[in-house]
Amino acid sequence: MTHRSPQPGRLRLAPENFLNADGVRAVIDEAKQGRRDFVRHAFAAALAGGAAAATAQTSSGGDPNILTLPEHSQGLGQPVASEGYGKPSKYEANVQRRPSPGLTQTTQASVSFAPLQSLFGIVTPSGLHFERHHQGWWDIDPSKHRLMINGSDNTLLKKPLVFTMDELMRLPSVSRFHFIECGANTGMEWGNVAVPTCQYTHGMLSCSEFTGVPLRVLFDLCGVDYKRARYVLAEGADGSSMTRTVPMELVESGEVFVAYGQNGEMLRPEQGYPLRLVVPGVQGVSWVKYLRRLEVGDQPYGTKDETIHYIDLMPGGLHRQYTSTQECKSVVTTPSGGQVLLDKGYYQISGLAWSGRGKVKRVDVTTDGGRNWRTARLQDPVMSKCLTRFTLDWQWDGKPAIIQSRAMDETGYVQPSTRQLRAVRGTRSIYHNNSIQSWLVEESGEVRNVQLS
Amino acid sequence: MSSSRKLFFATLLGAVATTIATAQTTYPGIGRPATPAEVKAWDIDVRPDFKGLPKGAGSVSQGQDIWETKCASCHGVFGESNEVFSPLVGGTTAEDIKTGRVARLNDTTFPGRTTLMKVSTVSTLWDYINRAMPWNAPKSLKTDEVYAVTAYLLNLGGIVPDGFTLSDANIADVQKRMPNRNGITTAHAMWPGKGMGKAGTFDVKATACMHDCEAEPKVASLLPDFARNNNGNLAEQQRLIGPQRGVDTTRPPGARRDGPITVAATPTAPQPAAPSAAANALALLKKHSCTACHGMDQKLVGPGFKQVAAKYAGRADAEAYLAGKIKAGGQGVWGPIPMPAQALTDAELKTLASWLASGAASR
Repeated sequence: MTHRSPQPGRLRLAPENFLNADGVRAVIDEAKQGRRDFVRHAFAAALAGGAAAATAQTSSGGDPNILTLPEHSQGLGQPVASEGYGKPSKYEANVQRRPSPGLTQTTQASVSFAPLQSLFGIVTPSGLHFERHHQGWWDIDPSKHRLMINGSDNTLLKKPLVFTMDELMRLPSVSRFHFIECGANTGMEWGNVAVPTCQYTHGMLSCSEFTGVPLRVLFDLCGVDYKRARYVLAEGADGSSMTRTVPMELVESGEVFVAYGQNGEMLRPEQGYPLRLVVPGVQGVSWVKYLRRLEVGDQPYGTKDETIHYIDLMPGGLHRQYTSTQECKSVVTTPSGGQVLLDKGYYQISGLAWSGRGKVKRVDVTTDGGRNWRTARLQDPVMSKCLTRFTLDWQWDGKPAIIQSRAMDETGYVQPSTRQLRAVRGTRSIYHNNSIQSWLVEESGEVRNVQLS
Repeated sequence: MSSSRKLFFATLLGAVATTIATAQTTYPGIGRPATPAEVKAWDIDVRPDFKGLPKGAGSVSQGQDIWETKCASCHGVFGESNEVFSPLVGGTTAEDIKTGRVARLNDTTFPGRTTLMKVSTVSTLWDYINRAMPWNAPKSLKTDEVYAVTAYLLNLGGIVPDGFTLSDANIADVQKRMPNRNGITTAHAMWPGKGMGKAGTFDVKATACMHDCEAEPKVASLLPDFARNNNGNLAEQQRLIGPQRGVDTTRPPGARRDGPITVAATPTAPQPAAPSAAANALALLKKHSCTACHGMDQKLVGPGFKQVAAKYAGRADAEAYLAGKIKAGGQGVWGPIPMPAQALTDAELKTLASWLASGAASR
């Protein structure tokens, strides 16, 4: 069948009405005249058109995706609110956060990595945010959640206070974009290449707009003695009641806040619903989830994640404790390990840069393994202690290439090469590997994670 | 003056005294004093100087009994297991207890680092056992049990003798025997406060060379081919559209050749799960454009499906009746606009009629 039904304007592809007002009237008129087959004919024609298209020859001078009208151009689409909370396209099902096999023996004290290789811009979709749980995650009833602020002794503040979520959400709020990176991100790669893709090498990294109340506001209400109380203990409400020490300086600067919002909605349960601490620039373990208590004190607290884990083993056998700042770092996400380039020719190299000490100032990119570098474009916005997206034009000639990125922050700190980092910190630190990542593009187009000598 | 007004003014005075940048300094009606009982219930942290440590005692042998029932399944009878978690015990020596430095932290041939090799403060062990253990029932141990379990763990590392009873009175002496008590430093530039260490400047200093910076790069480390599928098939972990695809790591690496690489160019949709009765019916509604005239809940040109379902809900032969109406079409039951006869197979009619007769579920 090659003829379309001659009913121009009759089929209106709008969600509210398949037949427009004229069409409805026509149906009624036709019906009154006894032509009850009208509607059926109209539908039959539309369906036949689809069937005809499906069998059309593809050798008739063009792309069958153009020449043959697809089903979605010839049928009725889905109604509004089919999903009360929308989901990604089914074609995006590969874009998932994933654990790295064999990394942990339990799934409650474990980590899942964000698929950085598939993300655009700087914001991590909340459902793809990396996870790190120490004793499993919970979905806590916010009406029963409380935040307590007290002192390690009564002289360090005037009055310990308790807040409900209702009260915290009444207070003046701030919304700020910040990255969160696990101190152990890239930790598997200290000694050698261990994992294939940037999801696993760098995926304990995410970035969100967080909304909440500056901790300074709450501490002021409690009458904290800032002169003596130079340390803050943050404690979670989950099974392990995670604790970490935070310096009062970051509270006084107004940077630290208690957050309930993430990317326009409430925090996800995996990210600490209904309340977590946001400590910009500091490793993720300090961003205590399910935050139930803050204690001000005159000494650091020596918690489990300050004396057993999250300590950096240096050459000579000393462990560095309280290494909290995430230093300047970057990674190319496109192209990156585990990918295959489809053809020679133009590509946009794209990646992420960040610094726990402020704004990213510059990112340089090499495609020849570090001999010559070009300065990449920084995509707006560039914000303090936040991911920054960089891009660079590249013509791939089909020959092997080694792509690296090197970030600088506003303090002048330059991201080190693997060799430079190891020269100072050895290979057994586990934590704070911020060295330059190398991706080898092979002639086959396959991209591999490599380390250079 | 009411107590709340007193609190208000006290807070105001406190706020003024500490000088705040924001204009609004008090927030009437927000926050209330924590009661002593509430603070006691939640303030469980124990600091390295033992502030917060409750009075109590527990012996090594008591600890062993608790350990074998509540701890050994994860950590092993001797705290040595790496089945579930990293080993707690091992790698420390009597000499380490004297020096306060674990020598094996300098031995790159020694496999792994146990908790007792790393931990510098005994308070940390007590605190974490108290707040987080056992793994599946945190905070269920009584204070004396926490002392006992801590004592047993220390005994496994040779830090306290077999007959030892650990208590709040002697724990400071135990601290002086911790094998790695001196093996730590805070002299680095990665604490974003002024309080500890002698920060100084960055320890790793790189420069941003732009041209002729390195010799020809040599690849020193890459994943061996046999490990390429260790993290699963990477083809399934990359977007199906865009400048690149994921490598099919279930196959060996491809031979190098010129020209474009042939990869599956057309995105393939994931296989849907087996459809439910409702999904089958909904697919038919779409296939036959039923939704052009019928809404799910409300009347458009014809009645909504749920309206139809509700009307015939009590009718015993609803399914057969509705199948007949769909097949033959009709007019007058729901208004003047006719529904044309529909060319459906008997199986399709049955699916739709059955779905309508059972309530027209939308999923």
